[in-house]
Amino acid sequence: MRSARKVVTAAFSAIILAGLTGCAVNEAPGFSGGESQLSGTLNGAGSSAQGSAQEAWIAAFQGTSSGLTVNYDPSGSGAGRKAFISGGVQFAGSDSALSDDELTGTFAMCATGTSAINIPVYNSPIAVVFNVEGVDDLNLDAETVAKVFSGAITQWNDPAIVALNPGAKLPAATITAVHRSDDSGTTKNFTDYLSKAAPEAWTSKPDGKWPLEGGEGANGTSGLIDTVTNGSNTIGYADLSKAGKLGIAKLKVGDAFVAPSAEAAAAALAGSEKVSGRADNDLTFKINRTTTDSKAYPLVLVSYLIVCQQYADAEVGKLVNAYASFLVSSTGQLIAAGAAGSAPLTGDIEKEAIRVAASIQ
Amino acid sequence: MTVATVAGKARLGDRVFRGAAVTAGALILVVLAAVALFLIVEALPALGAPAETYGAKAESFWSYVAPFAFGTVWAAVLALLMAVPVAIGIALFISHYAPRRLAQGLGYVIDLLAAVPSVVYGLWGITVLAPLVQPFYVSLSESFGWIPLLAGPVSGTGRTILTVAIVLAVMVLPIITALCREVFLQTPRLREEAALALGATRWEMVRMTVLPFGRPGIISAAMLGLGRALGETMAVAMVLSPSAVISFFLLTSQNPNTIAANIALNFPEASGLGVNLLIATGLVLFVITLAVNMIARAIVARFKEFSGATE
Repeated sequence: MRSARKVVTAAFSAIILAGLTGCAVNEAPGFSGGESQLSGTLNGAGSSAQGSAQEAWIAAFQGTSSGLTVNYDPSGSGAGRKAFISGGVQFAGSDSALSDDELTGTFAMCATGTSAINIPVYNSPIAVVFNVEGVDDLNLDAETVAKVFSGAITQWNDPAIVALNPGAKLPAATITAVHRSDDSGTTKNFTDYLSKAAPEAWTSKPDGKWPLEGGEGANGTSGLIDTVTNGSNTIGYADLSKAGKLGIAKLKVGDAFVAPSAEAAAAALAGSEKVSGRADNDLTFKINRTTTDSKAYPLVLVSYLIVCQQYADAEVGKLVNAYASFLVSSTGQLIAAGAAGSAPLTGDIEKEAIRVAASIQ
Repeated sequence: MTVATVAGKARLGDRVFRGAAVTAGALILVVLAAVALFLIVEALPALGAPAETYGAKAESFWSYVAPFAFGTVWAAVLALLMAVPVAIGIALFISHYAPRRLAQGLGYVIDLLAAVPSVVYGLWGITVLAPLVQPFYVSLSESFGWIPLLAGPVSGTGRTILTVAIVLAVMVLPIITALCREVFLQTPRLREEAALALGATRWEMVRMTVLPFGRPGIISAAMLGLGRALGETMAVAMVLSPSAVISFFLLTSQNPNTIAANIALNFPEASGLGVNLLIATGLVLFVITLAVNMIARAIVARFKEFSGATE
């Protein structure tokens, strides 16, 4: 059902895009210029969080020219980076950018003497979801979330939660905090948020595998959503687009409580700094988890496209340039938003991403 | 002349059959050796890996794998404890109590259970069984919480090791039932009739002839079931709320995970030494399964001497 809808969305966007580019060829250059002559095959692998967005991108991108084939294997971020480094794929999707260590090595696909770059292409808010009878709205701050998930707070009517939700009818029930039992980028970003925004309550390092003993584990986003939905007095975290009918908590940012949304996620990325000391074209961001901007929602997962600045094979470079440019274009970002509920890139970051994508050779 | 032809043909057939049988026999050894070799070669780098490979909860390979090895055996044993008595009951009913037509139908239904894919059992476990048993667990813990096994705090979702064991028990039921049924049907007719002629009731006849005769068969069947329960991956990964702990509590949220489910959960995102580490745990599972099978064989061999099954 869901995937059927996805396919329909993808097909629909492909048609629109085909229509758009049909007009665009005569008018403007940009990424659409000359892509009708493009042909060839691109292989990518990596982040499963990007999976549904990649599916939609590929469907739309392949629609622009008959000779284009793009494959994406959502085998996991680590596997994707590894495959890219060893030259097994031409691009990778990854929930964490290439590390400094990885960047000092060589990349099999890249021209000698050049390195790889990270471009943010997918920004998705992670919702703290809950299922408590009689409670529809819930305000939490990072410290309370950290304590709930670490087991320091065990009751829904704990004074800390009551203080944040003066009007709510919180039951005197045990909290069942559900985390992902598999290794996931969602967990990594969630624990990263907790360790930065509530360093006293959350002492574990950010990790894709749940670092604590306590709490309840569930396999995959769908397993977690099922568990939170079928249980009672449960709380968990998942991609906002998968939250379904569950209650979604607002997080305290500055003095306000902010609900996860595409706009708030975009604001969080816009308020984050580029990691310094890297190549000019490397757009790796250190998400500002402690922002006080009341328009921003700092619990986001930013996933990157990892490509070579210059490919050893110029033909491949041309193809990757076109694909990357398509991903960061407003059309590409809207397609991802439609298919996966992600937040489109905005403002300076969007401009930078478009510039960098166009510089790929 | 005719004799020579027949003899020649027989020799050819003999040779072909012998060759085929030897090849098949050797093939299974080669496959097993290849799997074992792969596991050992890929596992070795993980044994001397730096401490951070094992994650936040363990310092060495052995402390990493111990909870999973424990969970694997614990879940399988719990499943067997539930499945074996029920399986023997069903098998006895089919072989000695039910009217023939009903027995046949029931046999088909049991075999059908074996054809259900494990992912379906997993789905059933999380969407139906876990929410269904959770309130029962709560009252169980309230009334019998003084028994250490049943102590709280009870999981809020019911996705505990006991639920997993129930799912596993249902999954191994068909194989144990089918084997027991076949074994019980082999009981020498003369003995059964002798028992009945001496005035034994149906139950006494079963107890005196069918069960002693079938004992090695029951044990073999249970061990085959155990093998399936030890290796079951999907249903456990889906249903269990896992944690890297060694714990005997049946109803809490912190349950020891199984080796197979842990591999399934972490392999997709694993890279570098993490992959070797998971394969090394696979090697441990391989060794556990091998050991279980050897113990089972030893037990069966021991019981055979006393049961008279060789008659």
